[in-house]
Parts: sequence; C-alpha cells; structure tokens
Amino acid sequence: MTDAVKSREKPASEPVATDPDAPVNDRDTLMKWLPFISTPILLFILIGGWQFAVSVVGVSEFILPAPLDVWRSLLDLLSGGAVWHDIWITLYEVLVGFAFALVVGTIVGAVLGRVIWLERAVQPALVALQVVPKVAFIPIFVIWFGFGPTSKIIMAGILAFFPIMLNVMLGVRSVDRGHRDVMRGLGASRWQTFKSLELPSTLPYIFAGAEVGIVFAVIGAIVGEYLGGSEGWDTWSSAASTPSTPRNCSRSSCCWPSWARCSTPLSR
Amino acid sequence: MDKTYQARRGAVHALSNVNLSIGRGEFISLVGRSGCGKTTLLRILAGLLPPTSGTVTADGQSIWRGGKRNDEAFENFGLVFQDANLFPWYTVADNVSLPLKLRGMGRRARRARATELCELVGLPGFENAYPRELSGGMRQRAAIARALSYDPTILLMDEPFGALDALTRDKMNLELQSIHAQAGATVVFVTHSISEAVFLADRVVLLTPRPGRIRSITPVQLARPRSLETETSAEFQEIVRELRHELDEE
Repeated sequence: MTDAVKSREKPASEPVATDPDAPVNDRDTLMKWLPFISTPILLFILIGGWQFAVSVVGVSEFILPAPLDVWRSLLDLLSGGAVWHDIWITLYEVLVGFAFALVVGTIVGAVLGRVIWLERAVQPALVALQVVPKVAFIPIFVIWFGFGPTSKIIMAGILAFFPIMLNVMLGVRSVDRGHRDVMRGLGASRWQTFKSLELPSTLPYIFAGAEVGIVFAVIGAIVGEYLGGSEGWDTWSSAASTPSTPRNCSRSSCCWPSWARCSTPLSR
Repeated sequence: MDKTYQARRGAVHALSNVNLSIGRGEFISLVGRSGCGKTTLLRILAGLLPPTSGTVTADGQSIWRGGKRNDEAFENFGLVFQDANLFPWYTVADNVSLPLKLRGMGRRARRARATELCELVGLPGFENAYPRELSGGMRQRAAIARALSYDPTILLMDEPFGALDALTRDKMNLELQSIHAQAGATVVFVTHSISEAVFLADRVVLLTPRPGRIRSITPVQLARPRSLETETSAEFQEIVRELRHELDEE
C-alpha cells in the first residue's frame, strides 16, 4: 500500500517537499507527508465509488443522490445564512455539555478512584446507569428542561461524563506504587500528592477520556435535537429528511439517516 | 539515636521478634535470602508499613502515632528504593529537588541545590534531562541525590544497586561510602550480596526467613575508607566466608 502510494503520487508530492536538502529516501519526511497524500486518494476512491454506484450501477437518486447534487445542496444550505445560527447553537450545546462532563467527570473519577469504599458502594448504581441507553431519556429531559439548548446540554454532558469519569478513576488507580511510596516517604500532604503525582500521572487518562467524551457529547447534542429540538443544526437535517422531493432528501443524506425522524412522534 | 523494633505481622509471619538498635552515623547492612523480610523490615522502618506489634522509635519519637504515620519523626529520613522511581514528567533537577519543593523552598534555591546534588552524585550537566534519557545507573544516582537533597541524617536504602551491572555497582558502592563519610548520616542498607554488605557496613545484620528474624549481627572492623583492594584482603574474605557459611546452614 505504502509503495503504491509513493510511486503513484511522486510527481504530485514534489512541491510539498519543503526541505530540498533532505535525502529522497528520508522515511521520516515520507511518514510526515503520507496522510496528506493518502487522504485525497481515499476521498477520491470513496467519491468515485459513490458516483460509480449512481451513474454506472444505476442506483435510484431517491435512495442515493449523486455526490455533486449533495455538494450543491450543502452549498445552498450554508449560503442561506440562517443555518449558521443553528450550527452555533449545536456547537454551544456540545462544548458546554462537554466542559461540564470534563470537570465533574474528573472530580468524581478522582474521588471514586481514591475512596475505595465509596466506589464499592456506588458501583452497582454506576453500572446500571452506564448500561441504560441514555438517549432514551431525552424525551424526559425535554419535558423537564424544555425544547431549548438546556436539555441537549444535559444530554451531551451525561453521555460525555461516563468515559471521562471511568478513565480518570482508572488513571488514579494506576498511579505507580513506587511513586506513591516516594511521596509517602517524603511525608507529602494529600494536596501535594495530588498536584505532583496523581494529576500528572492521570493526565494521559483524562485526555483519553476526553477524546471519547467529546465524540459522545456531539452525539448527545445532535440526537437531543433530533428527538426534541426547536433550534440547532439537526432541526435542519430532520426537516430536510421529510421525503417530499429527491432534492431535499439528498440534503439530509449528508448528515443523518432519515429514519431517526420517525421516532420523534413516538417519543413525544 | 536509639531504635527498637518488635514487629509481628499477620498470618504470614514476615518478621518475628526483631530487636535492633542503630547508633547515630552507623552503617548497617541487612542481608538475607529473598523472602526473609529484609524489605518488609525496611518498609516498617520507613513508615510505609505499620508493624503488627511492637514499636519503632527514632530519636525517642515513635514513628506511628494514633494509627497514622508520624511525619514529624521522618523529617530527617531519606529513602532510596529498588527502582529509581523518578517522576517521568519532571526533569532530573525537578526530581532531585522535589522534596525541597514539598518543604516550600523557593524555585531559585531549589535549582542551585539540584545543581550541587547532581555534581555530588556524578551527574553534572544532566539537570535538564528527563529520566527516560538516563541509563539505569544514572537514574539510581538521581534517586540518591533526591534522597540526599534535604540532608537527611538517616538513609534507608532498599537494594538500591540491585538492578545495576557489577562494574557500575562497585563504583556506586565507593560513592555511597564517600557520601556516608561526608554527610555523616546513619545508613540502613538492604542487599542480598554478602560482599557488598561487608564492604559497606559497620555491622552486618543477617536475617533468616520464615519467620523473618535476626540470626546474627556481625561487626566489620575494616579500616575506612575502604577501596576495591579491601575486598581482596584476608580479613574481608574471612568475614564473607563466615556469613556465607551461616546463610548456608539454614
């Protein structure tokens, strides 16, 4: 795969080689630029396959609109102006929910990681909460907190909370015993131990949790908008998913499957 | 300084009836097979494990007070473990001066002290290196520098050179001897190498396992400073032979 990419893209990649003195076979340089070469190729294959399915295999435009049509609809949508407000709302919901999850998840995870008896006491409840499909609570949140952003922020926050909290708990648990001995041997206080030892060694876990958490926050906000929203990016895609015209349908296909719309009347 | 231990731990009788007083400035080696409770004894001394029964006192103060480690009594204790246990997110200088930071010393003073200590343990110029950039021996030196940073009067060392090769070990032993001579600190040194124990110590404490107890205490009256030639002397060889004999008798 690597060799194929290299030989095929040689001429195209020449202008990006910023260091003319670098040896031609410099592996590091190649590794650095490889994603920039491979991504366009992968995109090309994907869109090419898509176009192929539409124009050669002859899949109905109702089921799969051509890439160019989708692109045009997207441009139409974005040039409209009104959509930007909703994009901002969704972004706001995601970020606020995620920020809450990050702060609360880190604190709860750190406490549960340290206080073993508390962790044992709440573990069954935690597991129960964790396995419940939290998205199913959205209608309740909408009733409690309204159709505005608050219910989506809460959804985004709850979804992002669990991976962050669990990672931090694991991180606090896996602080090296030898390192702990050093701090205990020095008679360090709890706060000192936290600042100099637990926080730095838990940071990688916090980041790992945050990485999963931000994705979950996006899912929480978007599904929240689907199932009960008056504004936000996804009220557009769910409005567009009403199969009135093929054009409208193509608009939704770049965002979200239209079946999600079906659950709205049910859940309300 | 006077210390008395009478420790007895749980169902696994790790240590039984250990009674030992260590004088100020003395160098004590604890030797024994693996599993004889050397490390347990040292961890009890360091306050990392509570004794099941009995007391440990340092300078007349009990090191456990009301079920909690009496940190005051440990003010002057320095610990060196089997592993260097340096914090990978700190530079050598930050690692070495960590105890000073915990004691609230200013940044500049810490930095100066770290430079001094790196010099002392033979790591000049490595202040800004990170632990992963150092070899095992260098890391262990940094760990020793960290333990020495606040001028402890008591050093507890748990097989600090166990992971090092023989040549580095000889060198570290010589350095430890000169640090001991310079600082005048009391040292309790755990090792499983008889010759290392004899080379360094004023008294060698031989522990036997199951349950761990003191089998013998052998004074070593070889002249200081000792060099690598000391190890070839008849007197040295004789003490080592006796200890080995005792160890084999078990």
